[in-house]
Order: sequence, then C-alpha cells, then structure tokens
Amino acid sequence: MNIRNEVTFASIRPKDGLTAALGKDRDVVVEEVLRSGLKGRGGAGFPTGVKWKLAAEAKAEEKYIICNADEGEPGTFKDRVILAEWADLVFEGMTIAGYAIGAKSGIIYLRGEYGYLRQALEDKLALRRTEGLLGDDVMGKKGFSFDIHIHMGCGAYVCGEESALIESLEGKRGESRNRPPFPVSEGLFGCPTVVNNVETLAWVAAIFALGPDWFKHVGTEKSSGYKLLSISGDVAHPGVYEFPMGTKISAILKAAGAERPKAAVVGGASGILVPAKDFKRAICFEDVSTGGSIIVLSEDRDFLDILENFQEFFADESCGQCTICRLGNVKLLEGIRLLKEGRCTTKHLQELCTLGSSMRAASKCGLGQASPNMFLSILQHFKGEVLGRPQADDHFVNKRKAS
Amino acid sequence: MPNSTAEKVRPVQKDRPGSKVNSLQDEIDRLTERFGTERKALIPILQEIKKRHHIISGYAMQCVADRLSISPAEVYGVVSFYSFLHEEYQGRIVIRLCRTISCDMAGKDAIARQIQNDLGIKFGETTPDGKFSLEWANCVGMCDQGPAIIVNEQVFTHVTPEKVQEIITACVKMYERTPDLFKKGNHNEHKK
Ligand SMILES: Cc1cc2nc3c(=O)[nH]c(=O)nc-3n(C[C@H](O)[C@H](O)[C@H](O)COP(=O)(O)O)c2cc1C
Ligand code: SF4
Ligand code: FES
Repeated sequence: MNIRNEVTFASIRPKDGLTAALGKDRDVVVEEVLRSGLKGRGGAGFPTGVKWKLAAEAKAEEKYIICNADEGEPGTFKDRVILAEWADLVFEGMTIAGYAIGAKSGIIYLRGEYGYLRQALEDKLALRRTEGLLGDDVMGKKGFSFDIHIHMGCGAYVCGEESALIESLEGKRGESRNRPPFPVSEGLFGCPTVVNNVETLAWVAAIFALGPDWFKHVGTEKSSGYKLLSISGDVAHPGVYEFPMGTKISAILKAAGAERPKAAVVGGASGILVPAKDFKRAICFEDVSTGGSIIVLSEDRDFLDILENFQEFFADESCGQCTICRLGNVKLLEGIRLLKEGRCTTKHLQELCTLGSSMRAASKCGLGQASPNMFLSILQHFKGEVLGRPQADDHFVNKRKAS
Repeated sequence: MPNSTAEKVRPVQKDRPGSKVNSLQDEIDRLTERFGTERKALIPILQEIKKRHHIISGYAMQCVADRLSISPAEVYGVVSFYSFLHEEYQGRIVIRLCRTISCDMAGKDAIARQIQNDLGIKFGETTPDGKFSLEWANCVGMCDQGPAIIVNEQVFTHVTPEKVQEIITACVKMYERTPDLFKKGNHNEHKK
C-alpha cells in the first residue's frame, strides 16, 4: 500500500464516531454534518448534510444508504486504500447515515475489479454483527436496526454515476436516469436513497469522533477538511496522500516528487488539464475540484497520446443512451487520430470544439458532460503542440530521413 | 506466489456446490432459491453462472428469464452491457491488462505485446485449450503501481515484460494445483 503521508483515518479509534453519533438525536446528527461543512468526496462535491437532510425529511417505509465503491475514474485509487485499511470507518459512516435518515439497510456497491477486497470486508461485517455494531438495536440503541450488504459491480465505469448505480442494483443495465426525481426522494426501488462516496462516509465517522468544528476549521471557507488524493504518472512517489483542502497544486506535486512536470491532469479522464503555469491554483471546490485523481505529465509526454487514451476510455464506457455522447466520443477520438496523423484541418478542429461544447450541454449524465473536458482543456492551453504534426508519408520528413 | 506482486491471494470460487449438477435448469433453480426471483436477483445470478461456467449462453439466459418472469431480451440487454458478464465462452483464467492512462504511461504496450506472444492469442481471444482469455480492462485502481494486471480476482502490479511468463506459469500452477476451481464447467450443456 503506497500511503505516503500521515492520514487522519489512521488515528481515529473505531467506535468513537458511532458512539458519539448514537448518543445524539437524529436531527442533531444531520445538523452536525451540515455544520462540519463536509462535501461529497466522489467528485461532484454536493454538501453531505443537505443530502442527508432531504432524505431524512422524506416520508417512506424503506430508505437506503448506498456506499459508492465503484471507483472507476482513471487515476483514482484512494477508495481502494480506504476499504483495505480503514473499512470500519466506512461501515460506521454508513451506520451513522442510516441512523440519521432512518434507513435500515446499507449497500456497498463494490466494483468487480475490487473482488479481492470482498472477503476481508465480509469478515469485518460479520465481526461487527457479533459485536452488536450491526443488526438489531445497534450498540444497544433501542429501535435502531441497521445492516450492510455488499453488491458486486460487473465492470462498467458509468455505474459509478449514482442513478446508473441504482439501476444496476435493481438488476438492469447501468443507464443513468433523468433527474428529477433525485435519489434522495426516489432512489433504489423508488425509496429515498442516499448515495455517498467511500471517503465521504469515512469522514463522517472521523467528524463524529473528533467533532464537526475540528473538521470545519481545516481547509478553506467553502471546502472544509482534508482530502485524500491519488497521485500517479510522472512522479517519484506515487500513492495516496492527504492534504487540507486549499493546498496548492505545486505543493502537492513537490511532495510527490513530480519529475519536470509540464501539466497535471486533475480529476481523471473527466477532469481538467492544469498547465504548469497554473500550479499555484489550489485543490478545493472553489478552485480546482476533484474526486482525488492527480496524474502528472512530464515534459516528455505527448498530449495527443494522453488524449487518445482518455477518448478511447469514453468511447468504450459511454452507456449509449444519448446520441451525442455515444457518437460524439467516437467523433472526438477520430479527430484526435487525425491530429496525430497530421491531417486535421483547422476548420475540422473548430467543428470538434463546437461538438465538445454541445456534448457538455446536451448529455444526460456526468459522463457525457465531462467527456470533452480534456480535449477542450488541451486545445485551450496547448493548441500549438497538437497542430501541424508530420504525416507518415510526409515529403519533408522522408526527404530528411533519406539524406 | 514466488516473486509475484500479488496484493492478495484468494480462492476464486468458494461456493461451488458439492454435488454434481444435473442440469443447468436445476442449478438456476438453486440460484433463485439463494438470490430470489425478483429482478434485483438477475445480476447476482448471472455473475454466479459466469463464474461457474465461464459463459452465459443463450440457453442460460432463456432459463434465467423464465425463472424471473422477464423477457430473455431483458436478460441479454444486461449481459451485453457489463464487461464482466459474457455470452461467449471465456477461459478459466481471464487475464485483464489495464490500458488506461497511468498504466499506459508506465509501459502497458510492452506488456500487451509480451502477453500476446506468450499466450499466442490476441486481446479478446481465448486459447484453444480453454485455459486463458486475454482482455483489456479500464483503470483497475492500481495506478500508483502500474502496469497492472488482474487475473481472475488477483492483482499483479509493477508488471514488466520479463515477469509476464512468470505470471502465466504461476497461473498454470494454480490451475493444476486446484483443478477443482478451474474444472471445466458443463458449458456444453448450454449449447443444447
Ligand atoms: C460517470 C460518473 C462516474 C462516477 N463514478 C463515481 C465513483 O466511482 N465513485 C463515487 O463515489 N462517485 C462517482 N460519481 C459521482 C456519483 O454520481 C455521486 O455524485 C457520488 O457517489 C455522491 O457521493 P458523494 O456526495 O459522497 O461524493 C460518478 C459520476 C459520474 C457522472
Ligand atoms: S451522457 Fe453518455 S453515459 Fe451518460 S446517459 Fe448519456 S450516453 Fe449514457
Ligand atoms: S490506470 Fe491502470 S490501474 Fe489505473
């Protein structure tokens, strides 16, 4: 496990958070999550307290807590590390959420690629049941029953999107739903459902163990707390790092030992490209927001190779419901290949940028909306580097080689 | 495994029924006893069939559809959507090489060429003896330790071209040591 600096989770004693939360009224629990300023760590950054409050207020027989462990964003692996090292905090966060909104069941949607983590998680859950931390009357709290089950994903990136995830849990193709209704009012089997990221739920346990004000005082005005980052690419020390929200990208790259970086991809394939001149920007919701993936690109990297790789990913993973996402991603991929071959006209490139903007506007879910990000970002910053590439049968090139 | 970089070694199939399965239908009946007959049982049932038989045939899809009282087209829709469910036969050892960005930057192309050479098949193919299938994977969450390979449910990281043969040999050993895990499923039955 490449855990590179001190991570708060390692210092949290199991049961502290859960004990503290169950000692409070349900609405106080929701209130404290609101007060902590915790926002979703899965990428979108929606305030967790607001989500919980909506679900808590919804009237229904059944409600569900779903832990989104589908971690599929390229360059992200911090949820894997959390599940391997501090799964109990995730279970506690789910239990606290269940208590707060009045849900009896929690489901972990674990990506199929993480099948090797499953048995250890099942063992920990079984232990929690024998210790009375799950099941009827959790920790002796009369009337509060809660249990957690694991559901395995089957290798589809789009199932990380919460409504596609819910469809998948219902036994269907992972095709995103139209919203509204949002899952907090009509989610799994039509019941109010909270979907939270693995890291978000682990922070909930930490917040109750150390207090909402502790969390609020770390980070920036609009982004409380710490963030786990998955750092890979051209760095000497790839791995998982924890930084307070608001940390400058330059400081993060320094810690990871970035090697002659020319840019960083922040937020994975759906994220943005931050060129070296912008490394003074900060990781937080009001500046560069991310689910935690940072991929460092050194000066030797060719942006078109990177782009082609990302675009193949999207063309492969689009669920296919929206024409603009299904075909748009293929068109962008063809465009990138034309650029690589040195055969893309400026006019065609312009059309591709227009297509990218339309994809942002007209796609139904975050996959399609974010898929042209990297293309547009690279063209914005490095257009000069991608135009006018030599062609395979290039007259000038061949002549030079011959001489 | 000697010198391997596997993070965790776990048996792949735990709940193989002890008794011989007479027919696929009986087996599916047993799966519905375990998972129920509601729609939400569909994916767990299909995952189980895939795990045991390495294929989800048209016949299997028809049987499952009957038991869950849904159209076979619905079942097919699900099978074709997810990359871990498969209508075609896949080898008992499925090797998935991550092709996404960090592994790409860490040199996945060389690994890809070497695996193809050593197995004698291309991506998307299965060896004639039915032992190995080779597939691409999208980011498998090991980007800090790429290039990464998932073999069934086991991960190998920091793979180099020279380690490829070692990994394949280790898989074959595992295959020979626990033939039960890799027992040829009665997948011929699906072809009825
Ligand atoms: C294509 C796509 C993939 C996503 N993948 C994940 C994922 O793997 N894990 C995750 O927690 N959220 C993912 N999300 C975000 C979820 O839809 C959702 O916002 C999140 O799980 C909410 O949890 P949070 O508020 O705790 O962040 C994805 C979104 C999109 C559009
Ligand atoms: S935007 Fe793409 S992935 Fe999302 S629903 Fe539309 S086709 Fe599917
Ligand atoms: S890019 Fe290969 S594991 Fe993430």
